[in-house]
Amino acid sequence: MAGTEWEPKIVAFCCNWCSYGGADTAGMGRFQQPSSLRIIRVMCSGRIDPMHVFNAFLEGADAVLVTGCHLGDCHYVNGNYKAQVRYQFLEEMVRELGLEPERLQLNWISASEGEKFANFIRDVTAQIKQLGPSPLKPEGVN
Amino acid sequence: MVKESSVKETEAADTPRIGVFVCECGVNIGGVVNCRAVADYASTLPNVATSVVNKYACSDAGQSEIKQAIKDHDLNRVLVASCTPKTHEPIFRACVEEGGLNPYLFEFVNIREHCSWIHMQDKENATKKASELVRMGVSRAQLLEPLQSTVVPVTNKALVIGAGVAGMQAALDIADMGYKVYLVEKNPSIGGKMAQLDKTFPTNDCSICILGPKMVEVSRNRNIQLMTYSEVEEVEGYVGNFRARVRHKSRFVDVTTCTGCGSCVQKCPIEVPDFEFNEGIGTRKAIYVPFPQAVPLRAVVDRSVCIDCGACIKACQSHSIKMEQEETFSDLEVGVIVVTTGYDIYDPEPANDFGYGIYDNVITGMELERLLNASGPTMGKLVRPSDVKPPKRVGFIQCVGSRDKKRNRYCSGFCCMYALKDAQLIKEKYPDSEVYIMYMDIRAPFRNYEEFYDRARDMGIKFIRGKPGKVSEDRDNSVIVRVEDTLTNNIYNLELDLLVLSVGAVASESSERVRQLLKVSRAADGFMMEAHPKLKPVDTTLDGIFIGGVTQGPKDIPYSVSQGSACAARATRYLAQGKATTEGITVEVDEDICVGCGICVPMCPFQALSLADGKLAIIKALCKGCGTCAVACPTGALQQSHFKNQQLFAQVRSVFTFEGE
Repeated sequence: MAGTEWEPKIVAFCCNWCSYGGADTAGMGRFQQPSSLRIIRVMCSGRIDPMHVFNAFLEGADAVLVTGCHLGDCHYVNGNYKAQVRYQFLEEMVRELGLEPERLQLNWISASEGEKFANFIRDVTAQIKQLGPSPLKPEGVN
Repeated sequence: MVKESSVKETEAADTPRIGVFVCECGVNIGGVVNCRAVADYASTLPNVATSVVNKYACSDAGQSEIKQAIKDHDLNRVLVASCTPKTHEPIFRACVEEGGLNPYLFEFVNIREHCSWIHMQDKENATKKASELVRMGVSRAQLLEPLQSTVVPVTNKALVIGAGVAGMQAALDIADMGYKVYLVEKNPSIGGKMAQLDKTFPTNDCSICILGPKMVEVSRNRNIQLMTYSEVEEVEGYVGNFRARVRHKSRFVDVTTCTGCGSCVQKCPIEVPDFEFNEGIGTRKAIYVPFPQAVPLRAVVDRSVCIDCGACIKACQSHSIKMEQEETFSDLEVGVIVVTTGYDIYDPEPANDFGYGIYDNVITGMELERLLNASGPTMGKLVRPSDVKPPKRVGFIQCVGSRDKKRNRYCSGFCCMYALKDAQLIKEKYPDSEVYIMYMDIRAPFRNYEEFYDRARDMGIKFIRGKPGKVSEDRDNSVIVRVEDTLTNNIYNLELDLLVLSVGAVASESSERVRQLLKVSRAADGFMMEAHPKLKPVDTTLDGIFIGGVTQGPKDIPYSVSQGSACAARATRYLAQGKATTEGITVEVDEDICVGCGICVPMCPFQALSLADGKLAIIKALCKGCGTCAVACPTGALQQSHFKNQQLFAQVRSVFTFEGE
């Protein structure tokens, strides 16, 4: 599509109970968003393996989002706390790799927070558009 | 016990034959996404045997088409691109099962909430994205494996938390269907907020006169075990097999021998404001019976103000007062849980809510209920707080704490109606009085409610459409309200003897505690969230846990009672069947790879994992399939079925394409 603006590809890991529901609620509320997002649904943010996140970067993601229920609200008691601990490790790795910190973001979004979800996607997309494609994106991938 | 299945067992090794069904959902998807183009694109993807467009995939016709295609094309995987799995995954899983496939060989792609509805002005990119989402789904579908659900037995008892009118109704209905119910109430008496009300709209019948007999019915029902002055402390388990620990607070009174005669209350020298039942207007003693119609009609001692004088002990002829009584605990095993924990009344802020807490004669709607009530602190004589004289001019301000972006955006629904009711009661008591209602809109939507509004107008109650700008106080403690009637553009300075704030409902702290205990989702307004706003209004996303009454959001008495009954009906399905099917998604261990390190064991919040003889053992019935442990496994031996690493990797990989692909 010549002449159209570059659209980043953002991979979001969403937990089934909260943030995936938040994305649904955004849809039900018709909160318009850029078409940059690709959601990978997992049952719990505690299922999000740092390996999954790195894999997404290596495959070509311009940004990766780790999302789940608000702390204290995890459907599986405390999976999001475990996700948070793993996220801290990921943040450090992203820094080591020289990636801009905006390319990895964590957000707790409940199933009712459709507007928050949409605003988050708009904000991240705008940030990534400023940064341009990820330096880890393999040649020829889009 | 593993579910017996007659369906064709598809081995993971079979070459996938995927059927793709792209749903137009009328114009919901079809109006934005070119579904034909998406289906055509899908047909070019590997292992896609057929790819078609459905008008409505979930309709009877749509589902028949899917089942027929499974036969015609010998499909062993089905992908539907339509709406959200949160509502429709069970429908399509059942459909493919009926079509002869294992229900977990179904893949759902959301191109409505996550595509057509959020890219309504960008049809080209919406179509492109939908195609990519289908491509991701196809990659994942190739690797899906058949799973078996587990059927678990259900303990045929129910726990109802909160004994307001909704909880009482739920408990009575479940009990009448023949099942044992534990009804837990944190207060010393059941009855909830309804017990505090004077009259009820739109019939103006006495609240406690209709509630009282129901409270007695609850206490007499042989299937209901009432636990008042008790709170649920811990809950664990899953549908059919919940274990709850209930703390019974000390009443310092033996409920089995106390007769509720009140001799102790008469002798007690300590008198404090009664915040529990009379909104702080009247007083109660350190030992008190909550209210005359309380169930159980038993005394309770407030040890925080008791001076241990022993007067009550001497007065009690049944020797029921036990100052050494300690709190006790019960461990309950139940199959289902109904949550009817109710709400709090919005507490007006002195700085922002029309002088409440600053001027004596500004009160809330609930305080007015107690002032109007025949068994209230004034024996039903309406007086204003500053000089205890009957008010001649009374004003109501609507929507205090509700429909306000700075506080709560939602409408509490019942405040218009109770203001109309209280205004009528004041007019009936004092026909010469002037009553004003200052409102934004009057909301009177159900049977006889609009007629009730008409009646209020016919009685001469004056309606001013406007929210007051300023409230001040006169020298004689009258309240001066400055308000513009936006219908006539007149500005009034009303001099009132009594100003009533029509406050709404807010999520209660005790409800929030129970919500966190049970892990029920929270809606944006702070109340508990239902599984589906229309089709599952009393279910939660947790199997076997139901919510009713104002716990789920503000509503009036008939609606709360209906929801109580609805909870009972929904919950009793499990009790009547005696079994429940749990999710087939669990973790599984590859014993050849597992080194028995045990790192995963403490990861599991449900104690499903343990090490036995250096090997990992999984109790499948306890595993809830979150997959957290699988991340911790250093060897990759633990995998979460349906969300295996290879399945997720494949899905992520197909987000992207190489140039020329």
